[in-house]
Amino acid sequence: MEILLAVITGLLYGAGVYMILRRSLVKLIIGLILLGNGANILIFLVGRIVKGKPPIIPEDSSTILDTYADPVPQALILTAIVISFGLQAFAIVLIKRAYKVVKTDDLDQMNTTDEYA
Amino acid sequence: MKTIILRTASTYLLPLLLLFSVFILLRGHYLPGGGFIGGLIASIAFILHGSANGQENTKTLLRIHPGFLMPVGLTVAFFSGIAGMVLEGKEFMTGIWFKDPLPVIGMIGTPLFFDIGVYLVVVGVTLTIIMTISESS
Amino acid sequence: MIFTILLCVIVALFLIFFGKKLKGSISYLLTLLPLSLFVYFTTFIGKIAQGEVPVQLFEWVPSMGIHLSFRMDGLALLFSLLITGIGTLVYLYTSYYLKGHTYLDRFYGYLSIFMGAMLGLVLSDSIMGLFIFWELTSISSFFLIGFNNHDKASRTSALQALAITGFGGLFLLGAAILFGFIGSTYSIQELIHSGIDFTESPYYVVLLVFIFIAAFTKSAQFPFHFWLPGAMKAPTPVSTYLHSATMVKAGIYLLLRFTPLLGNHEFWNTTLFTVGAITMLYAAFHTLFRTDLKGILAYSTISVLGILVFLIGIGTSTALHAALVFIVVHALYKAALFLITGILDHETGTRNVTKLSGLKSVMMPVAIAGLLAMLSNAGMLPSFGFVGKDLIYEATLQSSEAVLFTVFAVVTNILLLYAGYQVGIKPFIGTLPENFTSVHLPDKRLWMPPLLLGVLGMLFGLFPSILDNALFQPSLNELAPDSFVSPLKLWHGFTFVLLLSIVTIALGLLLVFVLQPSAVKELKLKKVDFLAPKTLIRGFANGFQKTASLWTNFFQNGYLRNYILTIILFLSFLIGYYLIHNVTFSLDFNSLLDLTIYEVSTLLIMVVAVFYAIFTKSRLAAVAAMGVVGYAICMIFVFYSAPDLAMTQFTIDTLTVILFVLVLYRLPKYLTLSDFKTRVRDGFIAVLFGSLITILSIEVLQVSHAGETKQFYAENSYVLAKGKNIVNVILVDFRGLDTMVEITVLVIAALGVFGLLKLRIRNK
Repeated sequence: MEILLAVITGLLYGAGVYMILRRSLVKLIIGLILLGNGANILIFLVGRIVKGKPPIIPEDSSTILDTYADPVPQALILTAIVISFGLQAFAIVLIKRAYKVVKTDDLDQMNTTDEYA
Repeated sequence: MKTIILRTASTYLLPLLLLFSVFILLRGHYLPGGGFIGGLIASIAFILHGSANGQENTKTLLRIHPGFLMPVGLTVAFFSGIAGMVLEGKEFMTGIWFKDPLPVIGMIGTPLFFDIGVYLVVVGVTLTIIMTISESS
Repeated sequence: MIFTILLCVIVALFLIFFGKKLKGSISYLLTLLPLSLFVYFTTFIGKIAQGEVPVQLFEWVPSMGIHLSFRMDGLALLFSLLITGIGTLVYLYTSYYLKGHTYLDRFYGYLSIFMGAMLGLVLSDSIMGLFIFWELTSISSFFLIGFNNHDKASRTSALQALAITGFGGLFLLGAAILFGFIGSTYSIQELIHSGIDFTESPYYVVLLVFIFIAAFTKSAQFPFHFWLPGAMKAPTPVSTYLHSATMVKAGIYLLLRFTPLLGNHEFWNTTLFTVGAITMLYAAFHTLFRTDLKGILAYSTISVLGILVFLIGIGTSTALHAALVFIVVHALYKAALFLITGILDHETGTRNVTKLSGLKSVMMPVAIAGLLAMLSNAGMLPSFGFVGKDLIYEATLQSSEAVLFTVFAVVTNILLLYAGYQVGIKPFIGTLPENFTSVHLPDKRLWMPPLLLGVLGMLFGLFPSILDNALFQPSLNELAPDSFVSPLKLWHGFTFVLLLSIVTIALGLLLVFVLQPSAVKELKLKKVDFLAPKTLIRGFANGFQKTASLWTNFFQNGYLRNYILTIILFLSFLIGYYLIHNVTFSLDFNSLLDLTIYEVSTLLIMVVAVFYAIFTKSRLAAVAAMGVVGYAICMIFVFYSAPDLAMTQFTIDTLTVILFVLVLYRLPKYLTLSDFKTRVRDGFIAVLFGSLITILSIEVLQVSHAGETKQFYAENSYVLAKGKNIVNVILVDFRGLDTMVEITVLVIAALGVFGLLKLRIRNK
């Protein structure tokens, strides 16, 4: 399964890069989201995946003795997911605003800031 | 989206979902859940209510602008962090606890208050973002 | 001692607020500042002659051993008296010279800051403090050179001086750090008494190079000398004060100060006398070609600085004694000559030596000052210059290369005599041109200072032992303890040295009569300008700038795409390079055997959704596909023991879709803007990058995973933090601070969204 997940990670990264390289603003955001997802899966994967053993200490014990999933990447990803929501919201609004001001969504026509300062 | 079914349902769903979100928040230290997830569920409850009954009604229901939850939450989280410093002279963010566990919730300590702060910030942030955007469109 | 520095800074600050009122005729009151400091410093003379050394220490960064420590020894006192003494005359002179200038208050402010910095420089015992004051003098010099800031040449010269001296300052910082590293203290005295032999240190050469570059840039040694003639763009009082009498001597001071630590080594001596000799001959030779009085003086100053470096390079106690004496000799006569040039410029409006003549009939006191300064400059009896030149010849005669060095010194002095004559005598003799008949003697505030300097030059010549006992012997005691030099005397009897002096004067006078300064010669020199260090270094600087702007324009071209492309390609190259050299492909397909239908179908759905999101032409479809991808990831978290993540991903994904739906129709249409070729190129890069990431993650999975942190959290999360959901315990307890910052970031994002949208509404 790890191999398949690695392939999926590569796919998400590749798709994200492809979308970021487009000139359309909306595609840029889609690309950002894809890249974010790819990064999450990558962290999850290299933290090793374990089936059906969440990192929760059983009720009658004070440590985990069995094998279990690594909690550190999970904590990392949890914050990453929430932060990326904030980032996406901000990016979307920024694009909306830029679109309003510049009246184009072609990134190539947004390469000077002087005229709109 | 203002169908009668959804509007009726959301009236009942809002308290239920809010209750659920608090439940998720409080059990977070022992089982899956916590401030982030609880806060997100609560936000979804409000957004659902908003899309069924109109944003204005939800705002009236909230009484305050959701943005105010952000500083409140940050303050709660911050004070839970310095509580250990002030009360027991430990490092910043060191958890301190009451001696005896409470029924249902479990141990009460500063991490719980920190999680409540996170909950409030997440609700505030999400609702501010969504409401601002939907207002302007 | 620190109060002297603070006083200068306070006066400068005071001028910011009340300077406007001082612009009138009472500006000469500011002379009280250097004068009072001068008087204060003279009170130390007695103590220091008896061997007392007052010190002051203020802790600054005690944890790093950096202090502000001040120490008044003979050398520091000598320089302090020079700085405040010449300062007094310059302050007085300026009050008339720049009378009514719009920025007179500013000028005095810069000058006061400079004086404070210069005092700090010579009084500091800490190398760190020395460095800071060193840079402060460079900065104040920058403002003073560029004082006529409407003039482009002034600005260029100021920048050039700052670039060169600032560049040298960095090396001083390097030397300071190295000293601190080797001797674990920044105090020069502690370093001297630490018993460490720095000449044996493996870092000795590095230290030398650092100190040399710092000193050579500041004291305008070849090939860094050219900023000094440029600095003549400053008003004449500045040239007098900074670029002749005091600041340019800071490099000499540095070399003297470090003589006990680094001196007496072959590298030290050879480098110094070589560079010094080149500088003194090169610059003295240059004076022959100049017609601008300030240009002549600038080059003769460089030449004198060269002599000083040369003497420090010889390094015997006689040579050091000669250097100390010559610092004062030079300060006295050169300041006088500069001030005279200023008067000529002020009254006649020209500094061209070929146009000035016969002025003695209209400004006699100035002519007398010029004569006196010239006598000292030429080293004629009974001036202080005679004493100085005597000592120089004595030092060269005692050195290892007696003949060669003596010839160098004699030639330089002959040329210097020529330079002094052009400024001190030539403008005043001959017939007065018609257009100068209206010229009259200026205010006494202008002519008193140079006259006083000239008289002092004679006085110290007649009674050299005054200064010798008070300043030179105590200074020498610091530089070369336990050495004995004979006390200064004006008349040594008929010796070989006297013969050399006579030869110098005779040949110098001969040169004056044979060679006349003319514009033609100046032009001739311009022809070889392409070889001058100035041209070479400027060319280098320009080339550097051009390369930098080419580089910037290439990478910072304003197209987001290209930035990302650069980053991705570079990253691909790095990862690819690593993988080619280290890859150990050993795929374990066994893990694929226990796949369930749920996992496979989730992944398949995800693949389809990703491709759909890329290739669809509809925005709505793309958003829907993104939602599907998110939920599929949520399923992956469910399968692989991450319930918290699954819940978060689920809610966030829902919210993202809501967000998109809310703004979707407000967003621009989903256009295809690039042409086919670009898309193929980008597709290729995307596939390459994706494959690299896949291979990389498979590679990472081959490495065995120790999981120490994982173990730590499993053992401690209940024991220490009383929680059983480890992910949550990490978030709210173990790494609570990170979460705190994270929610702050979230708040900032929300405020950003709010601000962006509400701002637009208000603008309407």
